[in-house]
Amino acid sequence: MEVRKGLLYSKEHEWVQEVSDSLVRIGITAYAQDQLGDIVYIELPEVNAQVTEGEPFTVVESVKAASDVYSPVTGTIAAVNEKLEDSPELINESPYDDGWIVEVKSSEFDFSNLMTAEEYESYLKEV
Amino acid sequence: MLLLEMSKPGRCGYTLPKLDVPEVSLDELIPRSYLRETEPGLPQVTEPEVVRYFTQLSRKNHGVDVGFYPLGSCTMKYNPRVHEDIAALPGFSRIHPRQPESTVQGALQLMYELDQCLAEIAGLAKSSLLPAAGAHGELAGLLIIKAYHKFNGEADQRREIIIPDSAHGTNPASAQMAGFTVKEVPSDQRGGVDVAALREMVGPQTAGLMLTNPNTLGLFDENLEEIAAIIHDAGGLLYYDGANANAILGITRPGDTGFDIVHFNLHKTFSTPHGGGGPGAGPIVVSEKLVDFLPSPIVEYSDGRYHFATPKHSIGPIKAFYGNFGVLVKAYSYIRRLGAEGLKSVSENAVLNANYVMNQLKDDYYLPYDRTCMHEFVLSGKRQKELGVSTLDIAKRLLDYGVHAPTIYFPLIVEEAIMIEPTETESKATLDVFIQTMKTIAEEARRNPEQLKSAPTLTPVKRLDETKAARQPILKY
Amino acid sequence: MVPYIPNTPEEQQQMLQSLGMNQIADLFADIPEHLRLQRPLDLPEALTEPELLRYMGKLAQQNINLDQCVSFLGAGAYDHIVPAVISHLTSRGEFLTAYTPYQAEISQGVLQSIFEFQTLIANLTGMEAANASMYDGATALAEAALMSCNITRRSKVAAAANLDPQWVDILEVYLGSQNIELIRVPYGSDTGQIALDAFDLKTGSELACMIVGQPNFFGALEDVEQIASWIKGSGGLLVMAVDPISLGLLKSPGEYGADIVVGDAGCLGNPISFGGPSVGFFAVNGTKLIRKMPGRIVGQTTDRDGNVGYVLTLQAREQHIRREKATSNICTNQALNALTATIYLALLGNEGIKQVAYQCAQKTAYLRRKLVEAGFKLRFNAPVFKEFVLQVDVDWEQVNERLLEQGYLGGFPLKSAVPELADCVLIAVTEARTRAEMDQFVELLRGCR
Repeated sequence: MEVRKGLLYSKEHEWVQEVSDSLVRIGITAYAQDQLGDIVYIELPEVNAQVTEGEPFTVVESVKAASDVYSPVTGTIAAVNEKLEDSPELINESPYDDGWIVEVKSSEFDFSNLMTAEEYESYLKEV
Repeated sequence: MLLLEMSKPGRCGYTLPKLDVPEVSLDELIPRSYLRETEPGLPQVTEPEVVRYFTQLSRKNHGVDVGFYPLGSCTMKYNPRVHEDIAALPGFSRIHPRQPESTVQGALQLMYELDQCLAEIAGLAKSSLLPAAGAHGELAGLLIIKAYHKFNGEADQRREIIIPDSAHGTNPASAQMAGFTVKEVPSDQRGGVDVAALREMVGPQTAGLMLTNPNTLGLFDENLEEIAAIIHDAGGLLYYDGANANAILGITRPGDTGFDIVHFNLHKTFSTPHGGGGPGAGPIVVSEKLVDFLPSPIVEYSDGRYHFATPKHSIGPIKAFYGNFGVLVKAYSYIRRLGAEGLKSVSENAVLNANYVMNQLKDDYYLPYDRTCMHEFVLSGKRQKELGVSTLDIAKRLLDYGVHAPTIYFPLIVEEAIMIEPTETESKATLDVFIQTMKTIAEEARRNPEQLKSAPTLTPVKRLDETKAARQPILKY
Repeated sequence: MVPYIPNTPEEQQQMLQSLGMNQIADLFADIPEHLRLQRPLDLPEALTEPELLRYMGKLAQQNINLDQCVSFLGAGAYDHIVPAVISHLTSRGEFLTAYTPYQAEISQGVLQSIFEFQTLIANLTGMEAANASMYDGATALAEAALMSCNITRRSKVAAAANLDPQWVDILEVYLGSQNIELIRVPYGSDTGQIALDAFDLKTGSELACMIVGQPNFFGALEDVEQIASWIKGSGGLLVMAVDPISLGLLKSPGEYGADIVVGDAGCLGNPISFGGPSVGFFAVNGTKLIRKMPGRIVGQTTDRDGNVGYVLTLQAREQHIRREKATSNICTNQALNALTATIYLALLGNEGIKQVAYQCAQKTAYLRRKLVEAGFKLRFNAPVFKEFVLQVDVDWEQVNERLLEQGYLGGFPLKSAVPELADCVLIAVTEARTRAEMDQFVELLRGCR
């Protein structure tokens, strides 16, 4: 299962990509999408909604499960991946690229609870 | 082919008597802007087409009448046909809910007597026959718990309902609907409630506990009295989810163990047909101290007549009129047909059948809780999973053998769960065929797992694409 | 001996032996001795089939049924004509003795018939999608209100004061448990219709939805367009509770822009059965609402060979998956009653449903005219469909008793249900009533004055 270098990871299996000092892109990891199976729907949050680190901000649904997606950072939603509305399978097919979920902005991010790719890889071996 | 695909203008399947009153122009009756401008979108088909269409459809469906249906937690027992005849008597099927009480005394008497029977079976005081299904009964029971605490001035404080991790999804969903916070208590190694964990969880915030017993593993909780004491000592009430009551009729009574509220699923335990998903009925029975909180109306008897009444602190009505009356008629017929001994024999044979099948299958399938079960038991398909065959594959293969699959992937605490409930109305011969079929499938999993992955192949359609259905929903023609 | 239990004593012994047990009681060893019932249940003696038929037949005979009298009762349950063929189809064991279609490949009959139900309800209501059924119209309405709050994230619900009081009581129970406030929108004292001009429209911005009955409890028709534009302009949802029969004639909720439509489909071919089992329907517009609907939903898909088939779908909304986060706790619904409604709608078709609705309207109008000619007073002046409120200056319960002696069930007195209309009675006329029945009814009433 791919763990992409250069991204940060949360224990709930979300990835964070630093787009700029004040903007990050968020999605779920290849491992997470594999665990969920075929994703059939994602309830996209609204732009400008607040998200808090560790709190759920959306739900992904597979045929037989619904799972919360927890925000790995605190901030304001700047953009949502609207392609997911009609093509939720992008999360399965391309979790790190076309399957990104939201972009969050903040003047100051706190990444202290997140893992590097290497740390996440060893974390996956434990779970 | 769907009805609208068969439709041809000019056809109809029913005609009314000619209008026998002088017609007035519709414009004089209803403003034109209130009238429909589009067609109603119904099919134009004749009666024989309708009969053949639905008869053909029925032939693509499994039912208890067709074959074995060991769907765990659903009690798919035989549905006696005489009950259908009784419910269809004009004196039951053709009475209007707004008729004066004096004209429906027979119906009220029936409800009153059913109430008394259910109270005796539960070991409690009085019933509400209103709930339309088990989940509806749960909601009613939880609202009573809420009303009781409110009456005692503790509503703001007692906001938590404790529910085991093995419970049906309806339990937490009902608790949420009733405005409670759900706290999940884990199961212990023996499959019962983890008593130590429960003890840690209770307190002045505890409103009550919902317990399915026998639980969804088919096990009778060995610590039932201790659990009851912990909840009562904390000031909470005890709710008994009677979905699995087919195991306990005349054997043990929830009320005698201290439970305050019980719901029964009449469509499970009391043999009323499931109808492809309903109608059911989920009456609740409560202890003396909760009678005043029952939903309205209840049936009472005084001065030689039956009448509807509203309990003093009623939570209010939760369903139109008097519940699923037609279902009540069938359940009461069943209780009267069987009597005390017959009902006890139901539970004895249901439990015997389940244990017999469990014991015969435990060499071929992993049995996570190897102890005497009640009316059902849960296997795990994890051995087969290691061979690349999932519980879903096993379930689908059973369909090829003409058996409805057990409940699968539930309870959630068992990996690859296969929940089997044979019921008392199946013969040993049927059980033996089922056992052999399950063994054959276990063998197929060892020898030819690919065959199972493509199952079923002998059914009206092959394995259906559920992902496609959920991604791009087509919900109407 | 129970004729439904096949195990013989010998077989029981064989089975017990295979378990290493001697007697049935060993099976219950997990239940502490003192919790086991030490006596037989105190229930009436078991009956054989003929005895049961005799006993239950006697109870049934103690009720006056609608075949023995002429009924003008409505108020939520109606004596419509039921085509004979329906019960022959619904009593087929494959439908009757199946459960929720969890195993789609051997449940195509139930699944496809639910898909038909969803299709016909959606078409009739003019909505995008409908679910597989609810317990009844009243609980469907309560769920619609809860769903409106969920969608809009608002916690106030407005309901017309002329809705069925029983439905409103149920609504209050459901809303009360979630601390949602119910606001009543008054009706005009002459029209019986919603009087928006007597309501503080500014509260609209706080409302999750406005609930409109079409027709309302008084049988009167609402000017929905005006209400729709107000509530939608305020960001709330339009919830309509409708009589499905009326939609053969009346503008569909979809045409008014309704967001959620509910109603009771018991009147579509189901026996009246003392008010239950009936069946509720639930229809919505918009993808977002479809994904938040309560209850089972069937969808079309294909099998491995590309053949069309049907499955339960969008299940991630439901309690068995989402538990306390589910959109509702509903599990068992009213499938067989929905099947009944489906067969009814299939038999009637476009022309049939129009005819039933048209005859209801014409016959209701006829009785109203006759009553007015006989000197009775209509309480409201709004247009009606199949029910209306009559103001009477006599003790209606006494009148009803005298009518009953003549074989008439004469309407529903509103004294207890709607206190402000204590001197009124609600009269329903369906296509099943004849001119002769109505003429005699008017004569009898005249005699009661």
